Order: sequence, then C-alpha cells, then structure tokens
Amino acid sequence: MDNNMGHNEVKPDSVNETDISIQYMKRNVKRDITEKIVETIFLLCALVGVLSVTAIIFFVFYKGIRPFTGEDAYSIKDFLTGTKWAPSENIYGIFYMITASVLSTAGAILVGVPIGVLTAVFISEIAPEGLVKIVKPAIEILAGIPSVLYGAFGLGVVVPLIMKITPEVQGQSLLAVIIVLSIMILPTIVSLSESSIRAVPKKYREASLGLGASKIQTIFQVVLPAAKSGILSATVLGIGRAIGETMAVMMIAGNPTAGMPESIWSMVRPLTTNIAMEMSYASGRQSEMLFATGVVLFIFIMLVNITLIKLTSKAGEK
Amino acid sequence: MEVNKKPKFEVNNLNLFYGDFQALKNINMNISSNEITAFIGPSGCGKSTFLKTINRMNDLVPGVRIDGSIKLDGLDIYSDIDVIKLRQRVGMVFQQPNPFPMSIYDNVAYGPRIHGIKKKSVLDEIVEKSLRQAAIWDEVKDRLKRNAIGVSGGQQQRICIARALAVQPEVILMDEPTSALDPISTQKIEDLAVELKKDYTIIMVTHNMQQASRISDKTAFFLSGEVIEFGETGQIFSNPRDKKTENYITGRFG
Ligand SMILES: Nc1ncnc2c1ncn2[C@@H]1O[C@H](COP(=O)(O)OP(=O)(O)OP(=O)(O)O)[C@@H](O)[C@H]1O
Ligand SMILES: [Mg+2]
Repeated sequence: MDNNMGHNEVKPDSVNETDISIQYMKRNVKRDITEKIVETIFLLCALVGVLSVTAIIFFVFYKGIRPFTGEDAYSIKDFLTGTKWAPSENIYGIFYMITASVLSTAGAILVGVPIGVLTAVFISEIAPEGLVKIVKPAIEILAGIPSVLYGAFGLGVVVPLIMKITPEVQGQSLLAVIIVLSIMILPTIVSLSESSIRAVPKKYREASLGLGASKIQTIFQVVLPAAKSGILSATVLGIGRAIGETMAVMMIAGNPTAGMPESIWSMVRPLTTNIAMEMSYASGRQSEMLFATGVVLFIFIMLVNITLIKLTSKAGEK
Repeated sequence: MEVNKKPKFEVNNLNLFYGDFQALKNINMNISSNEITAFIGPSGCGKSTFLKTINRMNDLVPGVRIDGSIKLDGLDIYSDIDVIKLRQRVGMVFQQPNPFPMSIYDNVAYGPRIHGIKKKSVLDEIVEKSLRQAAIWDEVKDRLKRNAIGVSGGQQQRICIARALAVQPEVILMDEPTSALDPISTQKIEDLAVELKKDYTIIMVTHNMQQASRISDKTAFFLSGEVIEFGETGQIFSNPRDKKTENYITGRFG
C-alpha cells in the first residue's frame, strides 16, 4: 500500500504528457460508469423514504376516513368532540385524547425547554471543561435510551412518588406523563440549543462584556436572543417528539376509556396510546377508528413540521 | 508644560504572556487624559494585546499571564477596581463594527440598561445624546427601531461608538476603528475622535500613519512586544529618536 502510493506520487513527474492524458481518459470511462451506478443507488435509497411516507399517509388516511363515509357513517363531530371511547357500544369520542395529547406536550415543553436551554447554556458558556465531559455524554446517553425503559422508570419511580402526594387513588397521571416526556425531550433541546448558542459570534460577547456587562447578563441579554431561532427549532422538534411518544406514555398515563383530564393528577389517554393499546386486536369499525385517531395525530405532526420548516427557512434568510 | 497634570493611566513594567509566548515586554507608559494617544507598529507587535489589557478584555483569553501594573487614576486595575466597573469607565470600540443583532435604539440603550437604568424617558435621552455625540443621530433618528445590522459599516461603527459612549466612560479604546471603513466614514470617525477628546481620553490603534499624525497628540511605536518610542506625535513623526521608528514611519519596513 505504502509502496504504491509512493509510486503514484513520483510518476506524474517522470511520465510525458500524452501518457498522462491517455491514462486519464481510460480512467474516466470506468469512473463515469461507476458514478452512474452509485448515483442510481443513491436515487433508489432516496425513493425508499419518499415511497414509505406516501404509502403510510395513503394507508392511514384511506383507512381512517372510511368510518365517516358510506351508509352507517359515524359523525365526524361526535368523533372529534366526544369524551368517551367505548367500541362495544359503538361510541368513539377522542376529544379527551386530543386534550390529553396537547396538555402533556405543552407541559413537557414548559418543563423541558427551560431546563434544556439552561443546560445548554451551562455546557457551552459556563461549565469548566471537566464538567462538560460528564454532563454532555450523560445527555447524549439519554437520547439513546429506548422509550420502554423511560416507561419502566416512570412506572417504577415517578408513579410511586406521585402516589405519595396525589389526591387520587392512582399515580398514573398527566403529571407522570409530563415528567417523563420532559426528560425524553431534553437531549433534543440541549443539543440543538447548544449548537445554536455556540454559533453566536464571539464579537457579540466581547461587545457586551466590554460595556461592563457580567457574564450572566451577556448570556441572557445577548447570547440567548441571538440564538433564538435555533432554540425555537429545538422546541418545535421537542413538541414533535413529545406528541408522538407512545410506549413510555402508555405505561404511565392510566389510559381511561372516558373523561376529560381535570387536573394534573387525572389519568389521561393521549392519541398515541389509544392506537397502540387496541390496534393489535381491533377489527372492523374499531380498527378504522384507530386509524382515524392516527389521521388526527398525523395532522398535528404535520403542523409541527410545517412550523419547523417555516422557522428554519426564516433563520436561513438572516 | 503640563508637569503637574496627573496621568490617566500609569503603566509600569508590564509583561504579558500567552502561555509561553511573551506578547508584551516591560512596557512603561503614562497616558494623559483629554488626549488622543495612538499606537502604531507592524502587525503582531502587541498593540491590540496592550489595548485589551487596559480594560482587562484579555482576562477572557485562557492561559494569559500578566505581571507589572496598570493604574487608572492611581488605582490598580487588577487589584483595586472591580472589572465590571473598570469596563464601564474604559469603553472599547473594536476593529470590526460589532453591533448586536437588535434595533439601533436597543444597541445604544444596552449599556445603560445593563447598569440599571429602566426609565424610558431617561433612556431616550441617553440614546439621543450618545448618537448625537457619535455624529450619527441625523442619519438614524427616523429608524431607531430598525435592526442595527442593516445599516452601512461606517454607520455601524458610529453606532458602536455611541453604544460605548452611552455608559458614560472616561476612556475610549479604539482598535483600528476605521480599518473596515471607506474614506468618508473614516473622516467622520477621525473628526469625531478629535471632538470627543474634550470629554474623554482616547487611545487608538491604527495602521494608518497619516491618521496617527493627523489626529493624535501622543504616539507610541510598538515592535515585537516592546515600546520602542513614545512621545509627542509631532516629534515622533518629524524627528524620531530611534532608527527603527524612523524606518517604520517612512515605510522602510513592516
Ligand atoms: N489569544 C492569543 N493567544 C496566543 N497568542 C496571541 C493571542 N492573541 C494574540 N497573540 C499573539 O500575540 C502577538 C500580538 O498580537 P496582537 O493582536 O496584539 O498584535 P497587533 O499588534 O494588534 O497586530 P495587528 O496589527 O495585526 O492587529 C501576536 O504574535 C499574536 O500572534
Ligand atoms: Mg490588532
């Protein structure tokens, strides 16, 4: 190997021009073919993604719209505003689930974003290098933990703790969901906020410190505002993650079959868990109603994604 | 002459090291108030380093080590004055205009706000006064709410000067404030510096010999971390005592 490379380096000097051009022409043909093949492989790979998305959307919408069409159509209004889910009585209301999804996501954002942003500030601006070497990997590992383990943690630790203080009889609750989701979105918030904070030019910090601002003042008055768009994107991604999370949530939410959540101690049944709980054995209308739930979930996710695209393209313009 | 006038800064036996590298070597210098002092010298000779030492911006550089003393009005800037207070008294204008990505108004109001002024009417007054002092009020008075990033480089630099003035410093350090600007903006900033020295002490790094000789009262020539010659600008430029100074200002090296 080493010998070969040595040869190549020396050769061009000793070989005359026509030799070189012939050599290059030969190579070009071969390379062009390889390039074409590789390009096609790339294209096929890209198509896998696009086709999957299309197939999933088509499948979910096709199945999910069925119960609201035809002779014995179910009222969309009853579906979207109902607060009871009883397949055996042909009652399918998901309003209390939409509420549960929105509340648990909002709660997770309210708790997780400030903690995540402050962690990012700590890592990028304040912490001595030694501490960064502990905190950062810890956060990164958090991102890799399978969600079923978050659920186990929630069930084994968070729910029993809530049991001690809740006025209700059970610990499974909106609060438990919010706590676990907050932890789950942390890695997203931290890593994205951190990179946007690091991207803030040093000259802004210098200008601020040069005016007699303290480090903390500089962080809050200059650095964070300048990193705003990255932090917003992180938040939106966090929303996406929280609203779509299923397994961990299912284990700690309580998943009641009816009833609006009345407080943070109430059991909840977010959209995702509704689908996951019943899909394996459901058939006929019940199954289609689960797909309809999926359609609603999908619309939420789309809204989140559109917001994200809007935000990032705006940031790009600047 | 002004023998009884107390110097604003007294620098004694100042040495500065970046790790093992000595960037400033045994600097001794008295800087008078209400004057413009120019620092000249070839690239890498330590002008910026010295300037940043004066308001302790070098504290931010890891591994920096300083010995000797700098006194501001007789007080040691490292032991007798709080660093925040020091930077309030000794403002800085950087080589590249660096307004914050916020409105012109908020840029100028930034310093006063940091130092606890909240009242809108007081802030309004400070902003207008500072922008006027920086000779840019007329150009921006109708667009104070616009982002400061969106104005020209020369205007940005004057906004930065206004921002520095708004905290009512006693000294203004300028590191090549016109090197990124066109001749007209440069002219404006030079006029401004001359105007400002009535109320402030100004220390300015410049690569432009004409600039130094036009506007400064004293000039210090730096070479490889040492001050080769320091004195009245007229004397330095017409009758330098050191051969190296003469070579530099006549353009024979550097
Ligand atoms: N943060 C730093 N760490 C290590 N060395 C530095 C640092 N900043 C400057 N130096 C070195 O110190 C010396 C003086 O640098 P300084 O920036 O003060 O020069 P200068 O006179 O301002 O040059 P210029 O005219 O190019 O701005 C240079 O050799 C430079 O490489
Ligand atoms: Mg410099």
